[in-house]
Amino acid sequence: MTTIDPELQARLETQFDATIASNDRIEPRDWMPEGYRKTLIRQIAQHAHSEIIGMQPEGNWIARAPSLRRKAILLAKVQDEAGHGLYLYSATETLGISRRELTEMLIEGRQKYSSIFNYPTLSYADVGTIGWLVDGAAICNQVPLCRTSYGPYGRAMIRICKEESFHQRQGYELLMTMMRGTDEQRAMVQESVDRFWWPALMMFGPPDADSPNTAQSMAWGIKRNTNDDLRQRFVDMSVPQAEALGVTLPDPELRWNEERRHHDFGEPDWEEFMQVVKGSGPCNAQRIAHRRRAHEDGAWVREAATAFAARSTEGEDA
Amino acid sequence: MSDEKEWPLYEVFVRGKRGLNHVHVGSLHAADDEMAVRHARDVYTRRNEGVSIWVVKAEDITASSPDEKDPLFAPAGDKVYRHPTFYTIPADVPHM
Repeated sequence: MTTIDPELQARLETQFDATIASNDRIEPRDWMPEGYRKTLIRQIAQHAHSEIIGMQPEGNWIARAPSLRRKAILLAKVQDEAGHGLYLYSATETLGISRRELTEMLIEGRQKYSSIFNYPTLSYADVGTIGWLVDGAAICNQVPLCRTSYGPYGRAMIRICKEESFHQRQGYELLMTMMRGTDEQRAMVQESVDRFWWPALMMFGPPDADSPNTAQSMAWGIKRNTNDDLRQRFVDMSVPQAEALGVTLPDPELRWNEERRHHDFGEPDWEEFMQVVKGSGPCNAQRIAHRRRAHEDGAWVREAATAFAARSTEGEDA
Repeated sequence: MSDEKEWPLYEVFVRGKRGLNHVHVGSLHAADDEMAVRHARDVYTRRNEGVSIWVVKAEDITASSPDEKDPLFAPAGDKVYRHPTFYTIPADVPHM
């Protein structure tokens, strides 16, 4: 790293602060504080890894989808997750880190992904519940990120949000179809919602009081809302959807608070959350092992394509 | 794994429909130009977003300095007479 003179440093910082203050976007070649760059790399990479690992729980059901229609939808959705991962990896790379480093950090456990994907998909109803609740929570998180202060991240989020709406609707429609079916199918939906409700609430991260990075991230315009604000928004959105569907959300404390004009709800099990984040969730090891295997099994394809490209270039030179 | 060479980075431009410019939509890695077009099709046009794709290696792009207050753009700043609103024309003169 080259040292720059204090006067220039001060001018660059003033310019950066002014851009943030005027709600303008920071672009890749702008000067930015090291902390801003590091926070973005951590957050966008974690987001990218989540999309990539998120292909696994649902991919699990592609071969067992009950109809060609459902199979085509699920394939398209899982392909979208791959696309979303790629948009976000590209955005991360504009911050000066390589794709290879990002992949290695994921499979060596040095960067994280959303803890929700460490829960298993035990029944086919989980495909619907993931679309409704997990993608619903993701949309709550992601819509405000379209206005994040880092240009490439915001642009990736705009593309992703446009596509994410299909994900939520196909899930909800799937659950509606099952709820119109047999008692057994309705029980499957309820059982699935019971398992996913609390992990979905945890997707917004720890309570604000235990989220030390939030204040700085909001000052920098990286985050636009606190974890607790977004969690409340998600609960308020989900309650009428659950009623329309005819399922019960597994929280005895959940009720409308006329005074706050919001729903009161119970506290997620933060001990469980920390366990899953630290790697002791039901599927952590399996998810990473699968990702590592896919990467290593694909090595010969990458090598062959590189060799083919090199030989074609030689051909042109001759 | 670590000694594997990374594929070059390509920037992707998509024409949404006939009559529009190609617009930058993002970037991706590919071993060669043809693969870059194929990857761009899968990554950036899954929902009929385009009728034509350009890809160009990122290293082949020459850019102006990132500073928005760059003197490169200064000459345009003080030439207000290049805009139609600079000229006062009586309101009752038609088709101006």
